[in-house]
Amino acid sequence: MRLLRYTLRRLLLLIPVLLAALFVTFFLTRILPGNPLQRVISPYTSEERRAEMMREAYLDRPFYEQFLFYLRDLATGDMGTSYTTSQPVAKDLLERFPATLEVVFYAMVLAIVLGGLIGIVGALAKDTIPDHVGRIFAVLGVSLPVFWLGMMLLFVFFYEWRIAPAPMGRIPVAMSPPERLTGFFTIDALLTGEWEIFVAALRGLMLPVIAIAFTSLAPIARMTRSSMIDALESDYVRTATVLGLPRPLILFQHALKNAIVPVLTITAAVFGFSLGGQVLVEYVFSWPGLGLYAYNAILASDFPAIQGFILLATTVYVLIYLVVDVLSAMIDPRINY
Amino acid sequence: MAFGSQQVGTTGGRLPTGGNERFGDIWYALRRNPITLFGLFIVLTVIILGALAPIIAPYGPTEKNFAYTSVPPGTEGFLLGTDQFGHDILSRLLYGARLDMLIAISAVATSLVIGSFFGAIAAYVGGAVDEVTMRAMDVMQAFPRFIFAMGVAYALGPGLFTVIVATATLNIPGYARLMRSEILALKTSQFARAAVAVGNPAWRVLFVHLLPNSLGPILVMSTLQCGWAILEAAGLSFIGLGVPVPTAEWGVMINMGLQDFLAGHWWSYTFPGLAIAITVLGFNLLGDGLEDILDPRRK
Repeated sequence: MRLLRYTLRRLLLLIPVLLAALFVTFFLTRILPGNPLQRVISPYTSEERRAEMMREAYLDRPFYEQFLFYLRDLATGDMGTSYTTSQPVAKDLLERFPATLEVVFYAMVLAIVLGGLIGIVGALAKDTIPDHVGRIFAVLGVSLPVFWLGMMLLFVFFYEWRIAPAPMGRIPVAMSPPERLTGFFTIDALLTGEWEIFVAALRGLMLPVIAIAFTSLAPIARMTRSSMIDALESDYVRTATVLGLPRPLILFQHALKNAIVPVLTITAAVFGFSLGGQVLVEYVFSWPGLGLYAYNAILASDFPAIQGFILLATTVYVLIYLVVDVLSAMIDPRINY
Repeated sequence: MAFGSQQVGTTGGRLPTGGNERFGDIWYALRRNPITLFGLFIVLTVIILGALAPIIAPYGPTEKNFAYTSVPPGTEGFLLGTDQFGHDILSRLLYGARLDMLIAISAVATSLVIGSFFGAIAAYVGGAVDEVTMRAMDVMQAFPRFIFAMGVAYALGPGLFTVIVATATLNIPGYARLMRSEILALKTSQFARAAVAVGNPAWRVLFVHLLPNSLGPILVMSTLQCGWAILEAAGLSFIGLGVPVPTAEWGVMINMGLQDFLAGHWWSYTFPGLAIAITVLGFNLLGDGLEDILDPRRK
């Protein structure tokens, strides 16, 4: 019950943060150079038609009025129409969000497995060769520019060895995407029994997932290691050892469970960070996700698209942290909320 | 633990010592820590190579050799090869070291000064000032990092100044938060109260007594941030929002290398990426090592 109240209070606190982020976005986009309607207006559009279009998009009003109009439309679920794709922004975002989420999701799974493994081995074999190798591997990953790693992987696996597909999106152009159920191509293909698409989707995911996982596993490995060391040196683990409980039980039931909260928090931070940093990976792999959408929207001064993207991204961001806080409170009763 | 906890609560576990003494300690610990020392070596080497670029580079940063376009590494006179315009890769790497270090250090210094200033004021004044400042930082951090930098960079237009401002803006909240927690911990310590008691004005207590004592964590963070700044600046240039083509900057070089990709000329983008990786690795090793050294629990 208390947890529920806490969650509700946190959800209410989100609203001012989101409003403020939206306001800042409005302000920043209005100082971007270039006319946002440039791409929609053809050279043959008459002067009157142009003025009319500006009026329809409220672009002739001062920016705080535009902001109020935007909020009014938003309340009815209308995020405006993109100037570049001429589609409702909400539809664009909904189409592209799963593409980004699918890559980042698999990358996080890989990063947690590898980073967790490095961390646990490092904690159990502190200051030995495997510990040092793991730490060097992790710090090397975090030092690489993710876009460059993507290019190097492409050079080796696509250009030289021809194992990976061309960086042209999620599945080969000749293939039609699976029926949309979750938006994850791998899952949708499995659910509809389309083996060929499933394999193609996995092949497409392979390189971007490796690039993101390798460059983001360091914080997870480091946090797992240090909180495992703390847990292993704790009184309750010592007690369990003295009581003669089997070693695997001590490691997984007592140590790991108590070490998991900080790892969870850092994983959420890494997840949020990867979602934002996706744009560079999507640029290299021509991945039709949110990052590339935001990039194109910024270059075209596509105000509704930028605003919609920021609204979605900040919401996801803040929600991730909320979920982590609630989960931590559920796992660890010592946490005061 | 009972009698120790009071001290931990008041000074954050650190006893205030004179600045010189603490940096003497760092140097002593550094000498016995080969990995950290290696990081320092990398960073200093890159700085020196960058500084000496005009003297040691065989060609100018944007000098084109039309007779030698896209020659592979090891060609006579072009140790690391040339790109499709006949730019010597080695020369551009050296000039790039100069530029990327300049970007990283100015960006980090800018965010350090601005962020620490807001954080220190928020913590020292407290109340509404604290609340407003920190909520503003929350909003800044609610944005996806890189997208925020892209927006700032696009609004300012491509250029060196843009990259520095965009990269610096990202890190302001981090410094504000760190400095705030440091000052909050130090504010109630014995030496701070003593400084107030002997009649120092508030600004003097803050800038002369509290700030110098929170330099350790700031130093660690700044070292790590230099690495991030290089990655972020290169990322901005890579997608064409940072330093314009054909400046000798590592991100720009990788961007230009994209056009060499299908021709299989791997050297035009591999070497600048390696340069970034090695430099950032240096900052990360140095920062991680300093963190271990400055954290009293790990001594």
